[in-house]
Amino acid sequence: MSTKPGWDVEPLLDAMRRSLAPWCREAETGMIGIYTGGAWIARRLHAAMGLDLPLGEVDISFYRDDFSHIGLHPQVRASHIPFDVDGRQIILVDDVCYTGRTIRAAMNEIFDYGRPARIILAVLVDRGGRELPIQPDVAALRLTPVPGEAIKLTGPEPLRLELRQIEGRP
Amino acid sequence: MRKALHFGDAGTQHGADGRLRHLLSMEGLRDREILHILDTAESFLEIGQRVIKKTPTLRGRTIVNLFFENSTRTRSTFELAAKRLSADVLNIAVSTSSQSKGESLLDTVDNLRAMHVDGFVIRHPEAGAAHQVARHVGGEALVINAGDGQHAHPTQALLDVFTIRHYRGPMENLVVAIVGDVLHSRVARSQIYALSILGCPEIRVIGPRTLVPAELSALGVHVYHDLDAGLRGADVVCALRLQRERMEAHRLPSLDEYHRRFGLTSQRLEKAAPGALVLHPGPVNRGVEIASELADGPQSVILAQVTHGLAVRMAVLTLLAGALGGEEN
Repeated sequence: MSTKPGWDVEPLLDAMRRSLAPWCREAETGMIGIYTGGAWIARRLHAAMGLDLPLGEVDISFYRDDFSHIGLHPQVRASHIPFDVDGRQIILVDDVCYTGRTIRAAMNEIFDYGRPARIILAVLVDRGGRELPIQPDVAALRLTPVPGEAIKLTGPEPLRLELRQIEGRP
Repeated sequence: MRKALHFGDAGTQHGADGRLRHLLSMEGLRDREILHILDTAESFLEIGQRVIKKTPTLRGRTIVNLFFENSTRTRSTFELAAKRLSADVLNIAVSTSSQSKGESLLDTVDNLRAMHVDGFVIRHPEAGAAHQVARHVGGEALVINAGDGQHAHPTQALLDVFTIRHYRGPMENLVVAIVGDVLHSRVARSQIYALSILGCPEIRVIGPRTLVPAELSALGVHVYHDLDAGLRGADVVCALRLQRERMEAHRLPSLDEYHRRFGLTSQRLEKAAPGALVLHPGPVNRGVEIASELADGPQSVILAQVTHGLAVRMAVLTLLAGALGGEEN
């Protein structure tokens, strides 16, 4: 796998924070990050934005729609949402928005905790390729990788965003 | 741990791709496989605390609980585990007498296979019954042994090591004592394998000579016939149910006498390490193998074991169902 030069994540996080600020006028907005990359981004945003409610994190492994094809992800973490989602505005954070299936799974999981008033989707990268009618409200970077390229966030310290060539593909 | 009963476990439990396909016994499992099950169960423990305690993971799958022996806890937690994973569940309780109508175990299984079920959870009075079914169905359905004769009860052992790890951390530094009717206990056999695979440095077995198989000491397990000596310094004490229904009359003088010599009480437990954890697989014979005050006391985690059993069974069902359809299907 070859790696092209990456992006500096800090200005992207800043852009996300600025775009999210108008959404956070509502008191007690909750934030939930999706394991693993989304949770890294959410931890940074949550700290920078000084939200009152503690941060939630979800692992969507049990909610994936491809479970019957590929089985369980080798490492599943416990989801943890330390606030009542019922009637609340929630910012859902992920690193990369691609097919939209991860977001669908995450929303299904959140609804098992309660009925949020509104969910706002914030991602670091929107790379297109959607297979479901799901669009981010906030995206710091829009990319259109060519076939055979994958966008990868590594972290948590330091956070690095890379465009990688998948081996054996054009 | 080489000499005990074997039914080709290693070959039957894993598929050709090396993935765990059936859960039949602890022997033959690798430590990382056990740890993966325990880690996954931690996630399911969290789900059990939500308002909606259900995930879509096994939606559309059908799991059959095929019980040829009585069970409350194991059967109901398997049923609930499958339901919380959104599977459909069929409960079939077969009294051994109705099997005398002439339908064999494999006939019953074949009828259920014709209904395209995805998994069998089997409890049977004969050792090796679940293995027989697993060999018969191959990769077509998952098979979980929920207790076979005096051989194995792997999900009980998993929930026990889960509980121990939950309260005391990894097994590597613990002294674990198993007390009671080891001879008739498939729970003890599976516990010993699970503890030893996870690196428990000192496994003790305590019981009267008539209820402890002599070959155990040859397997690296420390055998005690005196309760106080065996409990000394133990971090975890696993009581076993006295299997009254399985016991030939001559193995014990009387239940009172048994309780005097091997019954766990708060007073006897003072010999163990301070705050030692007390486990029991249930159902409890109060006043026989364990006193009520201890079973209901602060060191007892008997009800937590039930909660953990549900999470562990959800994890096992999920992991095995995830390997379905991967090969030869």
